[in-house]
Amino acid sequence: MELLYFGDKGWGDELFFATLMTIAVSITAMIIGFIFAALFTPLKLSNNKFLNSIGNAYTTVIRGVPELLVIYLFFFGGSGAIMFVASIFGYNDYIEINAFLTGSFSIGIISGAYSTEVFRGALQSIDKGQFEAAKVLGFNKYIYFFKIILPQMLRLAIPNLSNVWQITLKDTSLISVTGLVEIMRQSYIAAGSTRDPLFFYSFAAVLYLMLTFLSMQLLNRLETKYSKGY
Amino acid sequence: MDIELMISSFPKLLNATLITLKLLSVSLIVGLFIGLGFAILRMNNNKLINKFAYGYSYIFRGTPLLVQIFIIYFGLGQIEYLRTTFLWVVLKEPYWCAIIAFSLNTGAYTSEILRSAFQTIKPGYLEAGRSLGIPSKIIFTKIQIPIAIKQSLPAYGNEIILMLKGTSLASTVTLMDLTGVAKYIISTTFKPVEVFIVAGSIYLFMTFIIHNVIKYLEKKYGFQT
Repeated sequence: MELLYFGDKGWGDELFFATLMTIAVSITAMIIGFIFAALFTPLKLSNNKFLNSIGNAYTTVIRGVPELLVIYLFFFGGSGAIMFVASIFGYNDYIEINAFLTGSFSIGIISGAYSTEVFRGALQSIDKGQFEAAKVLGFNKYIYFFKIILPQMLRLAIPNLSNVWQITLKDTSLISVTGLVEIMRQSYIAAGSTRDPLFFYSFAAVLYLMLTFLSMQLLNRLETKYSKGY
Repeated sequence: MDIELMISSFPKLLNATLITLKLLSVSLIVGLFIGLGFAILRMNNNKLINKFAYGYSYIFRGTPLLVQIFIIYFGLGQIEYLRTTFLWVVLKEPYWCAIIAFSLNTGAYTSEILRSAFQTIKPGYLEAGRSLGIPSKIIFTKIQIPIAIKQSLPAYGNEIILMLKGTSLASTVTLMDLTGVAKYIISTTFKPVEVFIVAGSIYLFMTFIIHNVIKYLEKKYGFQT
């Protein structure tokens, strides 16, 4: 237990901040994922064959390739790509992107593929009459989407989105290979310097269990809130 | 684009795919037995046994696979007692550690899949079996298991693909599987995009095959229940 003291002697404070980092990366990745889902869901539902195949390629490739490989692609290729773009504008110095951004971006792309599938499924299971009625009543685009389609879609999507959240939360452990100090990386450092890997990795497992348990409680509440009236 | 690197790295990556496939097949087979065992325990009426099986699947599904591998590979070696037993022969090899972690992990997911499959079997089938005087062991093997297999095929297909992606974590414990070799080539040549395309295509090809085999099986066993 001494190993968990806060301050210089123990690893309590380090692990506490590492947990906050895991939460921060997960939330950022989830938001980046939503942005990707917002871009690709319309493509997947589009009638245009070309746009449709772009949408399908995104979800198929990301969901069929290991997360670790995607992270390596961005970790090793990310700064190269940005330097290439910068060199077009005449900037030739070395650019290093921050591990937090690379990590949340790569996890975000992965969680975006899952979110896209969830939103597609939810949109497709809304009754067609709802779309038609909204159009016939002559609502403008804003009301049509935000007041009629979105609330119904969220109700259907939230149970599956909480699964996506769980996957995203667990995937953040893989960012530790890029050196970002989240729970896994901090446990690795602590295990290395105290030579007590069993304790620290088990403690990491407990931290992840706590995070998944607490977030499920919150999401279940959200689920009951949004399924009101049905 | 460095086409030459893509061509020269292809045989190396293909060779590493063998290790990935070995890890996948062994852990799926072991995991299926673990999953079946825990699914049966979950349906037990004894609360303690039930809770134990639930706890197992909750812990393994609630923590990242990476933590599980690290606990088994780095953690268990720390226990002095284990080093003296025959288990140490297994636990000092990263290959077996990875297989133990993958099997336990997929076992937890499989037990949930099988449990829900068993629970969706209509009670009428079991009652019909019992009223015909069929022994309960035969009801289990000839009625419950075939229906459960059919019910769980789509979900189990997803689990196989998730596990295929999970085997990439073996590269973190020094195993040179497909991802491990890909990372090695990337870090020596600094050409991530080319290697990603080759390794990614191999993974996608395997996912494609698994997806189609499951689809075929679903059709074959697609009797109405």
